[in-house]
Parts: sequence; C-alpha cells; structure tokens
Amino acid sequence: MTDLAQETVLRRSVYKSEAFEAQLRRRYRAERRFQLAGIASIAFAAVMLVVLLTTIVLNGYTAFWQSRFDVEVFFDPEAITPSGSREPAVLSAGDYPALVREALLAELPEATGRDGRRAVMEMVSSAAAYRLRDMVLAHPELIGTRLKVSLLASDNTDQFVKGHIPRAVSEDKRKVSDRQVEWIDRLTARGVLASHFSLDVLTQSNSRQPEQAGMWGAVIGSVMTMLVTLGMAVPIGVAAAVYLEEFAPKNRWTDIIEVNINNLAAVPSIVFGLLGLSMFLDFFGMPRSSALVGGVVLALMTLPTIIIASRAALKAVPPSIREAALGIGASPLQVVIHHVLPLAAPGVLTGTILGLARALGETAPLLLIGMVAFIVDVPGSLSDPSTVLPVQIFMWADSPERGWIERTSAAIMLLLAFLIVMNAVAVYLRKRFERRW
Amino acid sequence: MLSGLFLIGEREHMLSDLFFFIGEHGQPMQTTMLLTVIAVLTVVGYFLGRGRAVAIAGGRLSTLHSVPPYHGFFVALWAGVPALLLLAVWVSCEGPVIMSLVLAQLPAALIPTDHQALTLLQTDILNLAAGVSNGREPDPAVADAAGLYNTLHMVAESCLLALGSALAVAGLTLARRQIRGDLRARNRVEAALNVLLILCSLVAILTTVGIVLSLLFQAIQFFTMVPLTDFLFGLHWNPQTAFSGDVKGSFGAVPIFTGTLLITVIAMVVAVPIGLMSAVYMSEYAAPTVRSVAKPVLEILAGIPTVVYGFFAALTMAPVIRDVGTALGLEVSSQSALAAGVVMGIMIIPFVSSLSDDVINAVPQALRDGSYGLGATRSETIREIVLPAALPGIVGAVMLAISRAIGETMIVAMAAGLAANLTANPLAAVTTVTVQIAATIRGDQEFNSPKTLSVFGLGLVLFIVTLILNVIALRVVQKYREKYD
Repeated sequence: MTDLAQETVLRRSVYKSEAFEAQLRRRYRAERRFQLAGIASIAFAAVMLVVLLTTIVLNGYTAFWQSRFDVEVFFDPEAITPSGSREPAVLSAGDYPALVREALLAELPEATGRDGRRAVMEMVSSAAAYRLRDMVLAHPELIGTRLKVSLLASDNTDQFVKGHIPRAVSEDKRKVSDRQVEWIDRLTARGVLASHFSLDVLTQSNSRQPEQAGMWGAVIGSVMTMLVTLGMAVPIGVAAAVYLEEFAPKNRWTDIIEVNINNLAAVPSIVFGLLGLSMFLDFFGMPRSSALVGGVVLALMTLPTIIIASRAALKAVPPSIREAALGIGASPLQVVIHHVLPLAAPGVLTGTILGLARALGETAPLLLIGMVAFIVDVPGSLSDPSTVLPVQIFMWADSPERGWIERTSAAIMLLLAFLIVMNAVAVYLRKRFERRW
Repeated sequence: MLSGLFLIGEREHMLSDLFFFIGEHGQPMQTTMLLTVIAVLTVVGYFLGRGRAVAIAGGRLSTLHSVPPYHGFFVALWAGVPALLLLAVWVSCEGPVIMSLVLAQLPAALIPTDHQALTLLQTDILNLAAGVSNGREPDPAVADAAGLYNTLHMVAESCLLALGSALAVAGLTLARRQIRGDLRARNRVEAALNVLLILCSLVAILTTVGIVLSLLFQAIQFFTMVPLTDFLFGLHWNPQTAFSGDVKGSFGAVPIFTGTLLITVIAMVVAVPIGLMSAVYMSEYAAPTVRSVAKPVLEILAGIPTVVYGFFAALTMAPVIRDVGTALGLEVSSQSALAAGVVMGIMIIPFVSSLSDDVINAVPQALRDGSYGLGATRSETIREIVLPAALPGIVGAVMLAISRAIGETMIVAMAAGLAANLTANPLAAVTTVTVQIAATIRGDQEFNSPKTLSVFGLGLVLFIVTLILNVIALRVVQKYREKYD
C-alpha cells in the first residue's frame, strides 16, 4: 500500500519535477519567440511599406505648390520692339528678360549694379520671360501698358520658400545668398512672393529646369505604349492560352511550349531590352525611342503572364459546360468561342490588367531601346520619340537640383495612383464576376 | 454568337497589321491605301458571302451545311489573307531587291568590296533618297542612284497596290463562286482559325529564339575581340580605356560578378528569413483578420514598380545607412551595396512569402496532426515537421528569388553605381551585371565597339544563369507538388 502510494508520487514527480517544468517553460518561451519572429517579419514589411509611401508623399505633395512673384510688368515698347514693328518675328525676338528684370527691380530698388541685377534675375525662372513673350504674341495691344502678372520663381527660390533649402547653414553652402534670403523674406511679407496651388507638374511637358518640368509627355507616352502592349499581348496571349488549354495534343512540342512559357516569365526584364535593341531596332530598323518598339517589347514581356492567367481562367470553367455544348452539336471551336471564353473572360481580364500594371511600371528594357532621350514635345504618333512615366522618374531622380526630388516624388505618386486604380479594378472584377462552380 | 465570331475574324486582321508595321521602313502611302482596300474588301466579302448563302438556301437554311455567317467568313478570309500575305512578303523583300538593282546600275569603281563600306554606301543612298542630307556634296553617281531608288520604290509601291487589290478581288470572287449548299464553310473557317491559334502559341517560342539569337550573335562578335577566358576570369573591368588599345585587359568581368553576388546575398539575407517567417505566420498562426490586413500589405509591396524602390534606396535608405555607419565610425560609400541590397530584399519579401505560402499550404494536415498528437508545440511542429517536409519547395522558391535579384536592374542602377570594385565589403560601392548593361546602352549605339558588344556578353551570362536557376527551381517545385498531390 505504502509502496504503491510512493510509486504514484514518484511517477507524478517526473512531470512535476523542477527539470521538467523548466523544460516546459523553455518550450513555451521558444513558442512565443517563434510567434513574435513571425509578427516582427510582417511588421517589418508593413513598416517599410508605410515608410516608403510616407517619404514619397511628404516629398511629393509640395510639387503641387509653386512660388510666384505677383508683380506689375510694364510692357516697354523700347525693349519689345525698338523698331515699332508689330511683326510676330520681331515681337518674339524682343528683350523680355529686361521686362522681368525691371518689374522685379521696381520691388527691390536697392539691388543695383551688375551683381545686384544678376542676383535678382537668379530668383525668377527663365519661364517668366517666355510667359511675357507668349502674352505679347497673343495680344500685341499689351505693348505700352502695365499689367499685374504672376511670374514663376526659380527652383532655388521655390525650394527656399518651401523650406527645403535650410536657412541656418552658412551662405557658401547654400544655393540662395544672404541678400536673396532677405529679399525673399521681404517680398513674402509684402505678399508679392507667394506659393500658389498649381497642376503644372502634371500638365507641362518635360524641361531641363525643375520648376518648369511636367510629366504630361511621359503620361501620353505611357498611354500609347500601353495601347500597343494591350493590342498585341492580349489577342496573342488569349489565343495561345486557348490553343494550349483546349486544343493542343499532349506531345513533346506542346511540352516544350509550356516549359518555354514558364521560363520566359522568369527571364529578367532587361534581357527583353537587349532583344528589342538588337532585333527590333538593329535588325528590323524600327524607329528608336518610339512607343511602338517600347510597346512591342513590353508585350513580349507580358505575354507569359497573360497566357498563364488565361489558362488558369479557362481551366476553371467546368467540363460540364463543354460537354453540354458538344452534346447539342457545337463544334469544338464553337464550344470555346461561344461558351468557355465568355465564362473565362473575367479571369482573363483580371490577369490582363495585372500584367499591364506590371508593364506600366517597367523601366529597364525601355532604357535600352532609347526611351531615355530628353524629349520636350508630347509624342503625336506611335513612331515619335517618346518616354514613359517610370523612365521619366528615373531621369528626374538622376538630376542633382533639389527641385527634382519633389518632381520625382510627384511623378511616383501619379504612377502609384495609376497602379492602384488598375489593381482596384482587377480586384473588383474578380469579386464581382468570380463564380465558384 | 455572330458578333463573337466576327470579332475573331477582325482580330486576325489586327494581328496582320501589327506584323506588317514591324517590317515597315518608310511611310509608303500606297501601303496604307492597300490596307484600307483589303479591309473594305474583307467586310464586303463577308456580306456578299453571307448574302449568297442565304440566296442559295432560299429561305430553308437547313439545306446549308453551315449557317450563312460562316460562308461570309469564308469569303472574307479568302479576300483578306492572300493579299495580306503578299503585302508582308513584298514589304520585307522590297528594300533589298531594289537596293541590289540600284547597286547594279552604279559604276563598278564606286562599289566597295569591303562589307562595312558597302553598308555605308547603302545608308548614303537611302538618306539621299529620303531627302536627308549628311552635309557633304554627294557624288553625282550616288545622287543618280538615289533618284533611281526613289523611282523604283514608287513603281514597286504602285505595283504592290495594283497586285494586292487584284489578289483581294480575285480571292473574293473565286471564294464567292465556290459557295454552294453543301460547302463545308464552317470547317474551312475553323481550320484557318486553328492555324492562327497555333501561330499565336508559337510567339512565345519565337521570343525565346529571338533572345537567344540576338544575345549569341552579338556576344560571339564580342568574344572574337576579347577572349572568353579573359572575360570570365579577368579582374579588371574598365571599358572606358578599351579604345586606347588595351582591349584584352579591360573586360575582366569578375568584379561585376562579385558585385552582383554581394548585392544578391544581402538581398537574400533580408528577404528569405522575413519572407519565410511571414509566410509561416500567415499560414499557421494568423487569425483571419490579421491575414486580411497582412496579405494586401505584401501584395502592395509586390506591386510597387522597381524604379520607385530605386528612388527610395537612393533618397532614403542610403543616407540612413551612411549616417548610422558614420556614427559607428565606419566609412560608408554613398552608393553602398548595403543600401541597394536591403531595398532589393524588401522588394523580394512578398515574392518569397507568396511562394513559401503555397508550399507550406501544400504540406498535408495529417503530418501536423500527428506531430500535435505527440505533444509537440506549434513552433516545434513547424520547425521539425512542416518546414523539413516543405524544404524542396522552399529551396525552389529561394532559387527563383535569387534569379529575380540577379536580374533586377533599377534599384541597383539608382542606388549602387558604376564603380567596378572587387570587394566583399557591403559598405563599399559595387556594380552589377544589369547596371553595366543599362548604363552602357541607350538605344543609339552602333554595334562595333567592344564596349557596346560587351553588354551582350554580360547579357548572355545573365540569361544563362537565370535560366539555369529557373529551370531547376521550377522542376524542384513541380516534383515537390507531385509528392503531396
């Protein structure tokens, strides 16, 4: 009796012993550590996403505000047309920077001498003189009158007003001199210099001067490139998917095609750029830097994605649909075109949108086919030199002036907005039309 | 039903147009006109064919083998396809044929024997013909040749217009005449569509062939200038000096390969543990609400364009790393491999995570239940049972991620720089294969300098390495899936 009781106590003690409990605690601690590591991983990803998006937005939103001088400009006949002629050729050759200078000097009478005048002119963008010229060309009757005009400030002035060029550093390390700082402060206090909301960053075309640069040309280039990609990748991709999924016999050839498509999907995008360069530009002699070549290269790159997505969508259509259609006498092709494809269309569309979203953000292959050229004109046709939004971002990010950071960030905001809309449409389509059989 | 078929019929012409554009050199008016003629005749053919079928049936459509629209498509195909084929062949052959005719007219003394000079002469003639002056006063014989080229070109274009239209009309008429009640129009149209489908699925193969050929062709040219062994094992990469004679010693790609490797390793050190742990947490622990937040976060991360990551690396990550390094007393380059590698790792996290998620979910629940039954905790089950069982799939996923990292261009182009340093120090500046390619080529090169051609040598290495990684990885993942199916 006592033996038995003692044995029970002994046996229980194995599981209640210090050593065992310590081991159990250790195991539970390990469990918690493991779980925490998982949470930390996801948190890291989430934090990085938030940091990335915040940096972009914080750097970019100021691009939608631009500093301008609201000054009274005297359209001096002497400077515009010394001969008095009203010919457009004469008018466009006028000394408009002088008008800008006089208007600003009227606000800043103490700026004298060559240095003073140059310091004043540094504060205003070269676009200001062009603006006055365009006004005169459109309305020659302005000559000899006075008018309140809003003149674009230069990049450095603009960045200083926005606080991106710090006030506290010494003059030789600052792009704005102490004298200019004083002027900026005074003009701001008088309301002459002020930041205005502006969509120029979207609606203007590219420029070498950050304060004048906009992304409209790149947006149009992107749209045209995407149209080419869409027009080429979708018909070919869907047709290939239909053949491989519905008609292809299972033999070595179709196996090769399948393996090939899977591998093509993982080929680095820059290799497609090399293909475009030596095949399309060099061998076929297609126009350089054009949306046509860019679109074709991106189409070849997107093709595997669309084929794989379309095949998945076709596979999801249950065989009973096909059998029913065959049963009432449809030919195999009629089965596919009249029944299977329409049912698979939402899936195909979703895959297409996601593939296009990837193509829209793609940069590397387009660099190689010369879409990095500096292009001011908005492209008018598929064979015109053009650039696209991601390449524009790359080029702007490469430029040294402080103003490019906000322009680049603003362009990224636009690109991300496009991508978010496309993805949202894809998600909506999937939710709206997805059918579980 | 009809509209669907009609769309397919139209799509065929759209494709042909595209292929036609690829072969186009100038902007010949006549080609556009011919395309319009063909398009109109195709549409007309459709209605004529359908109308004739309806007339033959005389109100009893059941006497026809195929419904009238198929007769329409039959005629439309005959009107459009032969003419378009002629157009494609003509456009691709016209230039060389005319050029050889023009060269035959030139005095023999003017024709150089050397291939490169011949190409130059042909370019001159083409430029003169197009009215582009190169600033020099052209040789009168060459100017005449350019005139002749233009004349022949005009004649050829007019011939093409006439022949093409005639072919379209002939196709239409003959096909229309063939229409009878027992014409198997549907089978004929479907056979044509079948051919089209096969051609489309061959485009992927053609792309691969095109990539291999274009890389090989130029790379072989490069390796005739720089020996393969010098390229693969040389320690100095300095293409800028290649013009001053020392071609052999300037193209040692080892610093580039080690730079690529360094950045890839850094990226993997970030991406693999974090991606794997997020996948484990999401598939084994996370409540549905957590999942519904975490999954979109990773998807957004995956959808951000690489150029944005590059901007982030250069603008935010690099200064942070430099400041931290300087505070610790380390010397950090402003284009450190670390900044590029870490940001690339962040980019690849969702890739690793979604692939591992699939793999972990494929491990049968019975294995987990068995482990729990023996008293294992969740983390013990995952570490001792689930991950070992999923190991082949995870290895495949990591290999795909490595291939992705090696091929990534924009992050390194914006954050890593061009200095080809042979170093394993993550705080120093290194360069990668992709950066070298992107920095050398801007679309306006002639393929004759070793510097330009070296890019294709690098591209070939890049293609082969990623291809091997992908083939092995895809096979491993496939084998793994089959094991638990």
